[in-house]
Amino acid sequence: MVQKDVRRLTLILLFAPFAMWIALLIIVPHIGMVALSLREKVAPRVYEFGLGNYIDFINEPIYWNTLLRTGSMSLLVTALALLIGFPIAYYIAKIAGNRTRGALFLLCLIPLWVSDLIRAFGWILLLRETGVISTFLQWSGLVSGPIEFLYNDVTVIIGLVYTVILFMIVPLVSTLDGMDDSLVEAGYNLGGSGFTVLRRIIVPYAMPGIVSGCIVVFMLTAGSYLTPILLGGKNSSWFTEQIYDQFITRFNWESGAAFGFLLLAFTSTVIWLGLKLSGQTLANTVAKS
Amino acid sequence: MRTKTTIASLLAATMLVGAGTAQAETLRLLTWGSYAPEELVQKFEEEYPDIDVEVTFSNNEEMIAKLRATGGAGFDLAQPSHDRIYAAQLEYDIYKPLDLSKIDTDAMQPSLLDGVKANTTIDGEVYAVPHQWGTSGLMADVTKAPDVKGWDDLCNPAYKGKTSMRLRRTILLGTAFSMGEDPFAAYADLDKYQQLLDKVADKLIECKDNIKAYWKGGDDLSAMMLSGEIVASETWDSTAYKLFDQNKNIVFIPPETGALAWIDTFAIPRKGEADDAAYKWINFVLRPENVTIMSASTGAIASIKGAKELLPEDKKAAVNAAFTDADIDNLKFFANIPPGVEDMEGKTLEKIKAATGG
Repeated sequence: MVQKDVRRLTLILLFAPFAMWIALLIIVPHIGMVALSLREKVAPRVYEFGLGNYIDFINEPIYWNTLLRTGSMSLLVTALALLIGFPIAYYIAKIAGNRTRGALFLLCLIPLWVSDLIRAFGWILLLRETGVISTFLQWSGLVSGPIEFLYNDVTVIIGLVYTVILFMIVPLVSTLDGMDDSLVEAGYNLGGSGFTVLRRIIVPYAMPGIVSGCIVVFMLTAGSYLTPILLGGKNSSWFTEQIYDQFITRFNWESGAAFGFLLLAFTSTVIWLGLKLSGQTLANTVAKS
Repeated sequence: MRTKTTIASLLAATMLVGAGTAQAETLRLLTWGSYAPEELVQKFEEEYPDIDVEVTFSNNEEMIAKLRATGGAGFDLAQPSHDRIYAAQLEYDIYKPLDLSKIDTDAMQPSLLDGVKANTTIDGEVYAVPHQWGTSGLMADVTKAPDVKGWDDLCNPAYKGKTSMRLRRTILLGTAFSMGEDPFAAYADLDKYQQLLDKVADKLIECKDNIKAYWKGGDDLSAMMLSGEIVASETWDSTAYKLFDQNKNIVFIPPETGALAWIDTFAIPRKGEADDAAYKWINFVLRPENVTIMSASTGAIASIKGAKELLPEDKKAAVNAAFTDADIDNLKFFANIPPGVEDMEGKTLEKIKAATGG
């Protein structure tokens, strides 16, 4: 009897910080956001309840185009991060020796020790018209005039992939680490080619890592602010920039809140669709990784 | 480092209060970057040992957003531009009326003081007094872009891919002036102003092809200009003066339709807790001997009589290289932003940013 109470108390104590974190930092602010987004300004200091902010969003193509653009570029970044990250993760988990594994993992982590802002400035120094790469190309005689690599969508994508790829590699390494080498050997023994082994054995085994990596990377990318702003050019709008503008430069908190909520709804829908289309569920992927 | 000293001074302050020897007060200043040079802060704290100054750097929009979030609490003195007081006060009630008897208004230049008063009086109460003023206009490297005279020269195909601007309201207003319109007069009729904004948007979308990138702050503008990646840009005069110091070919050019002039003000947030300290700071920084220190840091001209003579030598040279007396007469002071205009302009800027025509 006493033991049961103790166990229950332990559970409550262990669970409390998590519950408070979720409630105070996630649920309560979001309820506030929803309430704010449902207010319409009718006159200075006068507000009415209504869906006006959401209707504005639907009626203004600029807004949903930016959201779709942000979504599709985030998907591209996620796919690139997976394509580049998977071989790296496989090498670290399966091919590298025990000592190199630690060192390689550390190398992957090092960029995270530097802030987002500094990393973006690093790219700016490299890519600008008078920057390192352009100067080097001119010096080596490969090109005759300065080239501008900065301020376009390709730069934004490179910068984002660089920023988020670690969040793809870590879950992949930890899943692949648990795979028994004999599974791969068995695949080859039964006459499978390298591609078949990858498709039928490695990828299905790594699926929990792939799914959780993709979800984290997609969410981080769609919600990132600094990288697209600093590296993006005159035509590259990002939806978080739109939210910032609504809150700060236009003093329009109501529609900023609506936009924030729409971004959350949109990214959640994309992830739900992705899971449906790939036939995965959260329970048998993320929960396992 | 700053937090450490702040914590230390807070601790010291608490101890002093506890001991009952002196009433330590904190002046929480919300202002622009470079508007509270360390030298002046120290001088002020020496003169008033019972006041600690805590500085937060910001810009117009963020100042209002910060004060709005708390209903005007958290800061004791703010420095928004003169056109950002009236509507913000009407909408969000974030400032409190000033007690002009506590401010040394006699030393101020009457035209600036009256202008700010006229712009910031609500129900007979004055909400702001001027601190210093400067302009927005153009800058160009005269060896590479000798013909930059007006706002629309940024769209001159001769400088294709070598100009820049900040995608904010200044360039909307400047472009409107260069098209022969007066946007401030159009504020009175918002429908007419919307039509004007649409015309401006078309022009700026067409111009996008000519722009290298939109600058976001003084630092990236300076880097692009000094490296020669751009040869002409819309700019704040103070940024141009700083670059003039490093490269005498880069000069500030008041557009032929008139440079746009702003006045940064002093306003006291509604829930400010150290009004007396705030008034002391206002009078302190407007004293002639302190004006020179302030202007050296900000590159802007103080609102007191004879302020141009109080500029440090290098800034004086830059101002004289940029402005003739006729240019000064031609200044266009930003008019009060009526409620609603902020939103219309915001939409126009979004439209320009999203357009892929260029």
